Amino acid sequence: MTRGDAISLAYLAAIVAFILALRFLSSPARARLGNWLGALGMAIAIAATFAHPGLSNEVWILLVMAVSAPIGAYGARAVKMTDIPQMVALFNGVGGGAAALIALAEFHERAPESGRLAANVGISIVLSALIGAVSFAGSMVAFAKLQDLLSGRPIVYPQQKVGNAALVAALVAAAIVVLVGVEEQAIVGALILGALLFGVLFVLPIGGADMPVVISLLNACTGLAAAATGFVLHQNVLIVSGMLVGASGTLLTLLMARSMGRSVGNVLFGAFGQLQVTPDALAASADGHVRSTSAEDVAVMLAYAQRVIVVPGYGLAVAQAQHDVRKLADELQARGVDVRYAIHPVAGRMPGHMNVLLAEANVPYDELFEMEQINGDFPQTDVALVIGANDVTNPAARTQLGSPIYGMPILDVDRAKNVVVIKRSMNPGFAGIDNPLYRDPKTVMLFADAREGVAKLVEGVKAL
Amino acid sequence: MRPSQVILELTVLALAIFLGFEVISKVPTLLHTPLMSGTNAIHGIVLVGAILVAGIPDQATWVRIVSLAAVALGTLNVVGGFVVTDRMLEMFKRRESGPGRNDT
Repeated sequence: MTRGDAISLAYLAAIVAFILALRFLSSPARARLGNWLGALGMAIAIAATFAHPGLSNEVWILLVMAVSAPIGAYGARAVKMTDIPQMVALFNGVGGGAAALIALAEFHERAPESGRLAANVGISIVLSALIGAVSFAGSMVAFAKLQDLLSGRPIVYPQQKVGNAALVAALVAAAIVVLVGVEEQAIVGALILGALLFGVLFVLPIGGADMPVVISLLNACTGLAAAATGFVLHQNVLIVSGMLVGASGTLLTLLMARSMGRSVGNVLFGAFGQLQVTPDALAASADGHVRSTSAEDVAVMLAYAQRVIVVPGYGLAVAQAQHDVRKLADELQARGVDVRYAIHPVAGRMPGHMNVLLAEANVPYDELFEMEQINGDFPQTDVALVIGANDVTNPAARTQLGSPIYGMPILDVDRAKNVVVIKRSMNPGFAGIDNPLYRDPKTVMLFADAREGVAKLVEGVKAL
Repeated sequence: MRPSQVILELTVLALAIFLGFEVISKVPTLLHTPLMSGTNAIHGIVLVGAILVAGIPDQATWVRIVSLAAVALGTLNVVGGFVVTDRMLEMFKRRESGPGRNDT
C-alpha cells in the first residue's frame, strides 16, 4: 500500500465517522456520542493530512493551530447557554472565511502556470471564493444582530432589490471574466470583496426572529464552499464532508422554516417592500386594556389549579430563570398540580434552544411537549403561565391577515381558562409587533423580570 | 476507458447529496440546534484544505499569510464547533429514576 492510499483510507474512516455522527445526532440518546465520533473523524483527517508527502511549513501550521485551538475552545466554553445561537453563527462564519482564503491563495498558486486554469478547477475556485465570502459576511451580520450590536429589526432602504440585483450581476460578470481566462489576481480579490458586501446586504433586511433559519442556510453554504474547495484540491474528503453538510443543512433549513410556518423564500425576502407597515401603526389600531396583578395572587391561582402549562420564551432565557422555573414546578407538583411545558419550535432563538436551556436546569425532557402534542390540551388547562414569550403566543398569527407573523403556528394559550403573562414591560417582542393576548379579558400581566417574578411565585406558593 | 478524475469527483458529490438528505431525515425539533451546530463543526473539514495550501513550499509571503489565516479560521471552526455542540448535548438528561434528582 502506498502512502497516498494510506492517507486516503484515513480520510475514508473520517467520512464514515462523519456520516455516523450525523445519524447519531438525530436521536437524543446517542447525540453526544455522535458529536464525539465527528470529532474523532476530524482528528483522524487532520493527522492524515500532515502525512502528505511534500508538505512544508509544518512548524508554522502547527504553531497557528496551537494558538487558535485554545481560543476556539475557550470561546465555546465561556459562552452563556443563551448566547449559543450567535456562537454557532460565528464558528460558521470563520469556516466560510477559511474557504474564501484558500481559494485566494490557491488561485495564485495555479494562475502563474502556463495556459488557462482547467475549467473544473476555475469554476471551483470561483464558487469557493464566492460562497465562502457570502457565508462569512452573512454570519457576521447574523452574529451582530443576535448579539444586539445591530438592531434585530429588518434594516431596509429604498431600491434595495435593484441594488442587490446589480451587485449579483456584477459578481457573475466578474466570475465569467475569470473563467474565460483573464487570470488576474485583482479580479479574484474584487470578487471576494463583492461577495462580502453581498453577504452583508443579504442578511441586513432579515429580522432577528428569523436569524436561526438564516444561520442554518449559511451553514449549508459553508458546507458547499468546503465541497468546492475539495474540487480545487482534488480531495474527496472535502467534497463528501462539505456536501453532506450542504445537503443536510439545506434540509434542516427547510424543516426550521416549516416549523415557523413560513417558506424559506418568505423568510429571506419577506422584509422587502414592507416599509409602510410600521409596528406603531399596528399598535395604534389596538383597543382594550391590560390587567396587571401581584405575585401573591398568581401564586394562589397556580397552587389551586389542577393543570398548569408553562410556556417559556426567550425572556426566560435572558433572565436565566430556568432554575427558578423548575423550583416552581417542583413546588406545584408536590401539591399535586399537573405541570407541563409547552415548547414552541422556535422558543428561544433557535429550534431546540429552549429544550437545551431547560435541560440545563434538570427539567426532565418527558415533561417537555412540542407544539402539536400539547396545543389541543390548552382548553382543559386551568392556567397557562407565559414566561418571557411573546410572538409565539400571539393570536394575531391566526386572525390578522396583514400581520407580519400571520400564518405562523402558535401555542394556543389564549384557549386556556386563565392566562398569566410574566413580562418586564409592554414592549413588543422580537418581531416588533403588538400582541392582542395581553388585552384578552382572561389574561393577567405580572410585570417583572422573569427570574424575580418566578422567584416571588415560588415564595408565594411555599407560604400558602 | 477509465473515467477522468473530475467525473469520479462528481459521482462522489452526487452520492453525498443523497446521503446528506437521507441521514438526517427524521430529526426531532428538540435536536435541531445541536444538529445545526454539529454539521457546523463537520464543515470545519476545510481545515484539511487550508493545511494543504499552507503546506505548499516556496510561497510568496502574502500567500503564506493568507493560507495561514485560513488555517487559523479553520481551526476555530473545528474546535469551537465540536466543543459548543458537546456543551449543548451534555445538558440533555432523562429524569433520574431514584428518589430526588441531582440538583445543581
